Amino acid sequence: MKRYYQPEIETASREEILKIQNEKIVKQVRYVYDNVPYYRNLMDKKGVTPDDIKSVDDIKKLPFLTKDDLREAYPYGLLGTDLKNCVRIHSTSGTTGKRVVAFYTQHDIDLWEDCCARAIVAAGGSDEDVCQVCYGYGLFTGGSGLHGGSHKVGCLTLPMSSGNTDRQIQFMMDLGSTIICCTPSYAAYIGESLAEKGYKPEDNKLKAGIFGAEPWTEEMRREIEKSLGIKAYDIYGLTETSGPGVAFECEEQTGMHINEDHFYAEIIDPDTGEVLPEGEKGELVFTSLDKEGFPLLRYRTKDICILSRKPCSCGRTHVKMSKPFGRSDDMMIIRGVNVFPSQIEAVLLNEGYPPNYQIVVDRVNNTDTFDIYVESTPEMFSDKVSDMQAGEDKLKLAMRSMLGIGPKIHLVAPKTIQRSEGKAVRVIDKRKLH
Amino acid sequence: MAITQLSAFLENAPGTLCDTVAAITDAGVNIRALSVADTKDFGILRMIVSDIEKTKTALADTMVKETPVIAVRMNDTAGALKKILNILKAEGVNIEYVYAFTGSELGDAYVVLRVDETEKAEEILAKNGTPTLSDEDIKQFLNK
Repeated sequence: MKRYYQPEIETASREEILKIQNEKIVKQVRYVYDNVPYYRNLMDKKGVTPDDIKSVDDIKKLPFLTKDDLREAYPYGLLGTDLKNCVRIHSTSGTTGKRVVAFYTQHDIDLWEDCCARAIVAAGGSDEDVCQVCYGYGLFTGGSGLHGGSHKVGCLTLPMSSGNTDRQIQFMMDLGSTIICCTPSYAAYIGESLAEKGYKPEDNKLKAGIFGAEPWTEEMRREIEKSLGIKAYDIYGLTETSGPGVAFECEEQTGMHINEDHFYAEIIDPDTGEVLPEGEKGELVFTSLDKEGFPLLRYRTKDICILSRKPCSCGRTHVKMSKPFGRSDDMMIIRGVNVFPSQIEAVLLNEGYPPNYQIVVDRVNNTDTFDIYVESTPEMFSDKVSDMQAGEDKLKLAMRSMLGIGPKIHLVAPKTIQRSEGKAVRVIDKRKLH
Repeated sequence: MAITQLSAFLENAPGTLCDTVAAITDAGVNIRALSVADTKDFGILRMIVSDIEKTKTALADTMVKETPVIAVRMNDTAGALKKILNILKAEGVNIEYVYAFTGSELGDAYVVLRVDETEKAEEILAKNGTPTLSDEDIKQFLNK
């Protein structure tokens, strides 16, 4: 079985990777300057010309791009080539404001699918596998990205898209899917549904899952691995930089290798914009190195993570990013304390609760209220009110020691919190702060 | 011998008790005794039913738990409950909760007790001339 999809580049030496990056960045900056007036203006304002960029070390001289820029430039402002050269559009869900659309030439699609193929092979995929893609197909990048990658690897591809869980399970069992790709919350839901139908984890043929598009925790990984009987791999990406596959996990499961031949990663201090040294926690910034349709230089992802160049036992040499600690947009500030939904999820799973929860934040009489709705389980259900309240108190205490502030815990009946087939909506913030 | 009480988790929302009771009734089960303990967010419906298995099937989508509780038949007269409670008090048995109901025959009453030491409580009640009921007794007494 192949260990790598593109071994020459995935295991290239640091020097070789740098050489490729340095050659590509000079061309990419020149290309953007010549073709994208919006970014040319930003460079002109900063007094930077393409001649100033001779290697990746000079990337720090370039201006940042933010999601606000992408919205302002909507739809064509950051387009890098004639529309006639583009073959596809993808778009963000637009839940946090105006949609962002990204354009792809055939070259862009090819390199994106290569990245997804690398992820599938890293998860043990080959042409022997049956790959069930239950990310949404359509404007969302998840479905087409993994679908294309699965084709490149030569897997038998099941283009299920998301939803219709009964049919997902029927195809999974009847056609013997060995790899599943979806959001982690949907994977957890499929696991739950399988158990409900009386299937044991060993009844399915799945061996690996590739999960991404929303934050998830190590605890949730263990939960999914147990319920589906698989090894669960993380995959990272965002529509702005093509889609899933910008970075992916190998069997070591200690962070995701960034495809450095296509994307240059920096970690910056989100407040000052200053580049931070390797190993420090900060905001992840990506520069595309060889995109045509939608090349982005120094795009601020708002994801908070750490980069590491520690050698990896899988043999891949590309830098690894940690699982994002949270998106700076996911982060809630409640009574002055920073709270990430991922921390709440970790506590719930540690305390034996299912990873289905909803956080409601509101402001009453100038004080933030913080409520977590949690599904109780038959194991903890008791006929005694005092037992139930003791359970709530224990959970509240665990939350307080993790978060620094104590939420109100509300136990609700099992399966009453809405399940998600795409990205789960975990937080309802009713405060009118903007 | 202890009897089986079923507890069901009820979300604190209008209609949940009604829906739960309707599901049990539609299954042809008679609820012979019930009490609801409520908190801010949820209620615990505790009941003695004529058919445990049918009830569990009818409430498949609800969390249901079986608990052994003690049921004692007594005379529906002043002081009858006091006598039972005194027996338990004397032996230091702690009562978690209790609910009582009158029987289908005039002069009959029943009390359901959830205690910390079920076996011990049964023993001392029997010793003091107040035998506890079994699931079979419940069927006989209550399914008339």
